[in-house]
Amino acid sequence: MTTLANGLAILLVLGGTFFMLVGSIGLLRLPDFYTRAHASGKVDTLGILMFLAGLAVFEGFSLTAAKLLLIIFFVAFTSPVATHALARRALLFGVKPWYGTSQEHKGNR
Amino acid sequence: MSDKPLTEKIPRYCKGTGMMAPTDSPIVHIACRGISPFIFLIGLYVFFHGHYSPGGGFQGGVLMAATILLLRLSLGTGLSQVVMPASITLRLSAVGVLIFAGTGVITMIFGGDFLDYHFLPLPWLDPAYLRYYGILLIEVGVVLTVMTTLIAIYDDLLGY
Repeated sequence: MTTLANGLAILLVLGGTFFMLVGSIGLLRLPDFYTRAHASGKVDTLGILMFLAGLAVFEGFSLTAAKLLLIIFFVAFTSPVATHALARRALLFGVKPWYGTSQEHKGNR
Repeated sequence: MSDKPLTEKIPRYCKGTGMMAPTDSPIVHIACRGISPFIFLIGLYVFFHGHYSPGGGFQGGVLMAATILLLRLSLGTGLSQVVMPASITLRLSAVGVLIFAGTGVITMIFGGDFLDYHFLPLPWLDPAYLRYYGILLIEVGVVLTVMTTLIAIYDDLLGY
């Protein structure tokens, strides 16, 4: 049972690190603000969420796990809102989205 | 996207209420309103666990100030004045300093050093509990002062 829980915890933490890695690469490599906000939102929500879920599984049934679940709830609640607020404010401020690499928009890159 | 700029659209839910700027997002609005009482609760938890676990007056006060500042940022300064008016923040801060320093001075009056909780005039308590409640008392002062001073700094930057 403990082995199973530990294996699940390892899987969850590895999944979290995978999403954090993908999000960080996306933050460096993606072309404009909105796609980067998308990537960093992945890091914030899914990566940290899976990481903390793995820690909670590893901890077992205790007060620490309950606190970790609380952190998971808050992160899952607030970080999409933060990404939304950033992207919305950027759009209102007039940041142009990336339209791809077609000929007529090539000057915008 | 429509050709009309987003700043000119006034949403139906804020027409005539003065509740938010027309460009504000209802998602941010409702999320901040929903999350701030829970952050306040966590601030109280951190504050009351300051004696024997990580946390304390300053951290709890900062968390409580963060709830008010979240409301100030999301609802706008006008509506969040109802929660914590800008006129009482500095006064509450002074009250917090008074609680802190008053505890120390009371212990001095009753024969001890400054902040020597053993000499607090609560004779029905054990000495250990006397120190426990003494620390709690000055933490109340620290929480009040930190929370209201941070809010007052924010309000002062806006000119309120």
